[in-house]
Order: sequence, then structure tokens, then C-alpha cells
Amino acid sequence: MTEMCDIAVIGAGPAGANAALVASRHGLTVTLLDEQPKPGGQVWRAKSAAILDAPSTPESVAGGQLRQHLQNSAVTHLGDSRVWQIEQSADGWVLHLLRHGQVPSLRARALVIATGAREFVQPVPGWTTPGVLGLAGATALFKQELALPGKRTVVSGTGPLVFFVAAEIRRLGGEVAAVITPNSRGDWLRALPAMARRPDLLMRGARWVADLMLAGVPVHWRHAVSEVEGNNNVKTVRFRKLGADWSPKAEARSVEADSLCLGNGLIPAVETAQLAGLALEHRPALGGWVPKRGADGETAVPGLFLCGDGAGIRGAASAEIDGQLAGLGAAQHLGAETAAERARLRPSYTRAARFGMAMTALSIPRKGLAKLTRDDTIVCRCESLTYGAIAAEIAGGAASTNAVKSGLRAGMGACGGKFCQSTVARMIAQAEGGNEADVPPPTARPPLRPVPVAALAGDFDYSDLPIPKPAPL
Amino acid sequence: MRLTPDQSGLIRRAEKVTFTFDGASVAGHAGESLAVALLRAGHLHLRDAPEDGAPRGAFCCMGLCQECVVRIGGQVVESCRSVVASGLAVTSLKEQQ
Repeated sequence: MTEMCDIAVIGAGPAGANAALVASRHGLTVTLLDEQPKPGGQVWRAKSAAILDAPSTPESVAGGQLRQHLQNSAVTHLGDSRVWQIEQSADGWVLHLLRHGQVPSLRARALVIATGAREFVQPVPGWTTPGVLGLAGATALFKQELALPGKRTVVSGTGPLVFFVAAEIRRLGGEVAAVITPNSRGDWLRALPAMARRPDLLMRGARWVADLMLAGVPVHWRHAVSEVEGNNNVKTVRFRKLGADWSPKAEARSVEADSLCLGNGLIPAVETAQLAGLALEHRPALGGWVPKRGADGETAVPGLFLCGDGAGIRGAASAEIDGQLAGLGAAQHLGAETAAERARLRPSYTRAARFGMAMTALSIPRKGLAKLTRDDTIVCRCESLTYGAIAAEIAGGAASTNAVKSGLRAGMGACGGKFCQSTVARMIAQAEGGNEADVPPPTARPPLRPVPVAALAGDFDYSDLPIPKPAPL
Repeated sequence: MRLTPDQSGLIRRAEKVTFTFDGASVAGHAGESLAVALLRAGHLHLRDAPEDGAPRGAFCCMGLCQECVVRIGGQVVESCRSVVASGLAVTSLKEQQ
């Protein structure tokens, strides 16, 4: 089954959903694809059917409004849809989806990619222990299920997210054993001028920290988790003081807990854009490798637009406007007149992006944090490959992420390299003389998400098999 | 004084139903994420890593890392993207169940 629309949007977070909404207002048929059942993305993830009633939060309100706007619009939202392959055709794009065990395809004249971000976790000994969750991952539990990661949780990571997660655990009745953050109080003071543009968010953050202080929750500034102990579950979390470049120093201290939320900033999810044919460029201030793009989401490929955190980590407020710009850019490409509307939006995008990038700057790990990963620490979770094994492959001549992938399978496992490639790239850069800009991520290959063989094969009978004519004797 | 109020008492959840995990009965709320129901019941260890057999459980919580996969009806599925229903029979990908 192949449906046809004017514009397909991949990702229903603040960027993609807004791109879909504005394009639809210009009379174009828009299909909004997302792997979650409901729109909202990770930042405004919807509650599950198991939550009948719950107090609202700024995130649930913003997400609720977005879902309402979509419902009132002509946008076709296809939830539970994973795009696993993209092809360019003569008249636009063909997207191959995995949806409810089927593999339908969708044709579109223009494509907007808004795939958002995933998180970076610096591997430390024991980070594969059950009970260790991603820091951003934990927010999915809060938003979707109002559930806790455990009974007593250590919350560790960079930027504002670490305090949001700690506050959510307290709001949902859990215990925060400690907050451990590589950022110093000085880092935050230096970010104040940029944050003053959003006094609402500044106040909210200040409240989170003040609440932790009042509750007597230890906040360890300029520290990082260095090891997780416990076999089948988390028992002890060890942490160390960091130097100015975040190199771990001094003796480790420890705290008892049954769970750990651990994250070190976000990385743009670029595989979909790569597969669609976009080249990447290294932009450390935006979270690493980002697809090249021009104004209003335009790219080097006609009819292909890009917006939101997948184009560089600038945060949700900026993604909303960025999405509108890209949606209007796509509408313009298909003949609508949107120049004036885009010109009106650009100043507010610039303001929001400036705030978002200040938060990104706080969240990006500094070089020394990589020293937390030891020789016997697992780096590639899928294939259980240690730092030492990957370092040996690099020393043996594997000078690119593609080479490490084909030599060792680091990045070829079930997750498709989503949780090891940044570490592997940094290891290669270090071995080759230190420039991360010389080590791009591996080539993106379909499927972008795991596709069950049964879905591709479908139901067929022996009699359906084409039998070629026997060769003449 | 608390600046972040404890709102856990204000959350109303769907009725509890039971399902099984490796044959053991587990209670969860109908419609919630399977990974969350298992986590709440203390089932954190969902599979063994294929290469070294080490215990693994839910990690990214958004369908990327494949650490939380379990088997339902012969299919390997991400428990963080699966939903609790009464009578569901879930098995782990542990080497010894």
C-alpha cells in the first residue's frame, strides 16, 4: 500500500509537529510520522492510557496544546510509525515504514526531517548494570507513566536536565540519594546572562535547586559518576571530583542507591538525514555532527528540509519556531507564498536559539570526562566490546568509525551504534592526534530501526513463489 | 518546607491487571509501559547480553538501545514500547530463566 501526500514530516516533537501544522495551513496535505503513539516528541511525551488523572506540568500543558492543535488541523498523524528506509524518486520521496507489524510505504513531494536527539552517556565501569537509566530516558518514565526509576536514585549528568530529573523524582514521591553534576556553580553563573532572557525557566530551575538544598539532598558540583557496583542491580554508585577539563581526580566516594540516571548531554539524531543524502559538518556548539542546512530548514537537496534538535541541539522553545520555518520553507518549495511569514518568525527563532545554545554549552562534556572510561569498560553495549578491544582495533589501523564498525562490529549491533559511536569517534580522534572534526560518524545504512524479518517477508504461501521456467536442456 | 510538592497521591491510574514474566505473576496497570511495570515489580534484569552473558535491563527508555527487549508471543519486542495487558505472557532473553 502506498499513500501519497504533499509533505511528509518525520518526527512529531515540537519541531516536526509545528512544521506539519504550518504547512497544512497553507492547504498542503501533510502526513506526520512518529514512532510514539501520540505526538509530542521526547520533551512533550504524552501520558499513557494507564494514567487516568494527574497534576499538570509545563511539559504536559505544552504537549496537550500541541496535540489539540494537531487534532483540530488537517494534518494526518501516523503514530507507531518507524521510518526504516528513505528513497528519492523522480517526483519526491518514498518512505518505508514499519507500523503495527506491516511495512507500508508513503510517497511525498517534499520531506521534512525532525528526528530530534538522543543522549550521550560517557561509558563508566558498571553502566550496563540493570537499574542504570539514561538521564533523558528517565524523563520518558516521568512524562508517560509518572513512574520512578527506583526507590532511591542517584541523578547524575550535565546541564539543566540533571536538576529537572531530580525534581521530577521528588515530585513523584521518590528519594534522590544525590545529585552529581560535572558543571560547577561558576559554569551556571556564567550562563546567567543568556538565561535572563527566559526568567520563567530561570526561576523554575532555581526552585529545583533550592528544594534539593532544603531537603538536604547532597549536590556534588564538578563531580562525575565513576563506577556502578552491583551485579544484577545497582547497589553502590561511586563518584569523583573533576578538574577544570573534567578529568577525574582524587579518591572516589560512594553513595548507596538502587538506581542511577546518567547522561552527558544530547546528540543530534542524524541517521535519517544522512540516509536522505545530506552531508554532515562538525559543530561542537550544537552537540557534534549536524547535517548541513541553509535558511528556514532548506538543504542542498531540493525538497528536503530539516529542523529541530536533529539540526543541532537548541532546545524545545527554539524547535517550535524552527519547525514552523522549515514547514513554511517546504510549503514555499511546493508553490505557496510564505516569505513574509518566515521573515516575521526569524527574530524570535534567533532569540530562542541563543537561550537553547547556552543550555547546550552547559551540557556538552569536556574532554577530560572521557577518562572515566577504563580499559575494561564496555563501550559498545550491543556487542559487549570494551574500550581496550576498540583501542586495539584503532591502534591496528582502523582510522574511521566505518573501519571500527566493519572490523569489530562496534556499531553494527541491535542499536545501530546509537550509544557507542560518539565514544568511538573520540577514541579515534585522540589516537590520530585529537581532532574530532576529522572523524565523522559511520555511513547511515537501512534499516534505521530494527525491522522484524516476518514484517518484510509478510504472509505467503508456497504457491505464491514464482517458479522460473526450467533452463532448456 | 518543600518547594517541589510530592504529588504522588494525586495520580489516578488504571486498574491493576496481572501478567506473567518468566512464569511469575506480575501486577501492572492496564495500558502502561511493560518496562515500567517490570521495573516497579523489581524485575530489572530482562536479558543477558549475547556476547558476555552479563545482565541487562531498560536503559534508553525510548526504543533505541534494544536493551529492554523481551519475548511476547514468539516475537522479540522492546518492553519500553510494549503495553501491559491482562494475561500477557512475557519471557526474558536470559540464558537461564
